Amino acid sequence: MSLAVGDLAPDFTLPDTDGGEQSPGGAPATLVVFTCNHCPYALGWHDRIAAVAGDYADVKVLAVNPNDAERYPRDSFEAMRARVSADGGWPMAYLRDESQEVARAYGAKTTPDCFVIDGGGRVAYRGAPDADSSDPSLNAAWLRQALDAVLDGRPPDPAETRPVGCSVKWKS
Amino acid sequence: MTQPRVELLYWDGCPSHPQALADLRDAMAAVGLDADQVTIREVASDERAGRERFVGSPTIRIDGVDIDDPGEEPFGLTCRVYHRRDGAISPVPDPADVRDALRRAMTTRSHP
Repeated sequence: MSLAVGDLAPDFTLPDTDGGEQSPGGAPATLVVFTCNHCPYALGWHDRIAAVAGDYADVKVLAVNPNDAERYPRDSFEAMRARVSADGGWPMAYLRDESQEVARAYGAKTTPDCFVIDGGGRVAYRGAPDADSSDPSLNAAWLRQALDAVLDGRPPDPAETRPVGCSVKWKS
Repeated sequence: MTQPRVELLYWDGCPSHPQALADLRDAMAAVGLDADQVTIREVASDERAGRERFVGSPTIRIDGVDIDDPGEEPFGLTCRVYHRRDGAISPVPDPADVRDALRRAMTTRSHP
């Protein structure tokens, strides 16, 4: 069961790759994006999502990796830390959802799967960053318009798109 | 000229295979091959992935040769990462790479 637009977003606290802990909220908008290290869709969209994090200083951006690292070692916490370090740091927090409870609570289906949460804690947008992971010129347009709308106090249009990517790798 | 043996292996957990198949058929038609002559095989278990030497979805082989050398990639059920000629990361091979691989196979068959 996935969260629907208008639902209250579940609260959580997860460890990040910098040794801290992160939770949604405390900002006019929060972007929770389920992502990972190994999926071509997540990798293709990564720079665009990172650009959003850099461009929207008022928005808290939390990238969450929920994948089963036993079967997919490239998604281990250690591999996540190594990736952020190799990139010289990220403009957003990269969190490990080891128990997969957060991904289940949100009903995440793919990597990536984006949830924009408004200042009141409700889901305002859910879906893909834009229409094509292989086309950087699209510039995460759906995500940006959703954030612009939330920051302006308007409902996003569209408020929901189909998440596209690799299936979340659930533990068996 | 005989038609090379063209195979598309895919895993259903990755949504890229319909695009890969469409691109593959377009490439086959572009080089003068029968675009219907594609063997399509689903890989649905880790055991099968090992047996098929499957490193991710989609995998395209022409006369048994992967169009993008997988190197030391481990076998398993995952989505495969490709790089297009413009450098972009893609879930499917660059169509130009598919066409080139088909042409190489056709040349090899013509001049063994």
